[in-house]
Amino acid sequence: MAVGKEIKTQIASIQSTRKITSAMEMVAASKMRKAQDRMQASRPYADRMRGVIAHLAKSNPEYKHLYLQERDVKRVGYIVVSTDRGLCGGLNINGFKAMVKSMSEWHEKNVEIDICAIGSKAGGFFRSYGGNVVAATSGLGDAPEISSLIGSVKVMLDAYGEGKLDQLNIVYNNFVNTMTQQPVVEQLLPLKAEEDDDSLSHHWDYIYEPDAKELLDGLLTRYIESLVYQAVVENNACEQAARMIAMKNATDNAGNLIDDLQMVYNKARQAAITQEISEIVSGAAAV
Amino acid sequence: MAMTVHCDIVSAENEVFSGLIEFVSLTGSLGDVGITPGHAPLLTEIKPGPVELKKQGGAEEVFYVSGGFLEVQPHKVTIMADTALRAHDMDEAAAEEAKKQAEQALKNQNAEFEYSLASTQLAEASAQLRTLRAIRKKMGK
Repeated sequence: MAVGKEIKTQIASIQSTRKITSAMEMVAASKMRKAQDRMQASRPYADRMRGVIAHLAKSNPEYKHLYLQERDVKRVGYIVVSTDRGLCGGLNINGFKAMVKSMSEWHEKNVEIDICAIGSKAGGFFRSYGGNVVAATSGLGDAPEISSLIGSVKVMLDAYGEGKLDQLNIVYNNFVNTMTQQPVVEQLLPLKAEEDDDSLSHHWDYIYEPDAKELLDGLLTRYIESLVYQAVVENNACEQAARMIAMKNATDNAGNLIDDLQMVYNKARQAAITQEISEIVSGAAAV
Repeated sequence: MAMTVHCDIVSAENEVFSGLIEFVSLTGSLGDVGITPGHAPLLTEIKPGPVELKKQGGAEEVFYVSGGFLEVQPHKVTIMADTALRAHDMDEAAAEEAKKQAEQALKNQNAEFEYSLASTQLAEASAQLRTLRAIRKKMGK
């Protein structure tokens, strides 16, 4: 029964694939929970900083930091956050699509673009798509550290500081819930002015050590870094969620395939038996 | 009961401490700072070093921070700690590294190109092999 054997091996191979995909689903589910925790953990830092920066900017109106000034846009920078590994559905592609769309708007205005790629998928995509990749980081792993981002963020911030870039955007996936991840393109620099907050309009000021300008410089750099870090962590949670869903679908599909193949196998076996019987019977009748 | 003030130690990666304290001391950019409840608003840079907390009730706790910022308001103390060691030349080196990676990513282009070239060559060769086998089979028959 040659046909039967072929189907049998195919079923076995799909079964082992299913085992792998369901294991990956479970791994992604547990990693997702940790990534979500990490997402929460990084929020208070950025919140506190935003408060302090808003206060500083307000109480020192005569000193306008470079990061808070609007300029004519001649060159735009993008920090694009992606995953290092695949098998996570359309997550990366959706992010890249959103970015390409926003890039093409700049292209129409003859604005040049620099790209900073975080994650190996972004590097790979812009290698084939084309684009001026000026900085790249990859291999951040499941628990990204801010220290591995400092370098590539600094490249972009320096370019902004030197006036090479007039706007800096970040592209990442926003974790809505397990089923939904939404690609977002956000403007990092110049920092958008915060809406007037009543709690900051009190007439008091900090004692500054050493002085307000230096503190503002340091704070703004760290603030941008923490925003990038948050995007990376959020994207990581998205990656795990998307992988979980993708692997769940793969597992389900493998199950359906196995059922179908099993049906075909049973039918073939039945047909073979029937044929054999009818051969015997007709043989006996002939004798 | 001693007066207390709420203190948060946050870093970009996680929240390190949050609770009521009676006193905190750390190294500011212009020297050591000791903060008690009701301190005037202060904003300063922190130098790497220990942060000593005296929690409500007198228990002491020590954290190490590798730099960051201290924000003091009469009712709240916030330490925004750096998780990474920061030094200008170290940041510079990290930036160089990122640039190098970008260059490498572009260099890999060749590798990928070679791969696609190789795979087409392989496909061609195996197609030739298949035809050869088919011809041989025919000849054998």
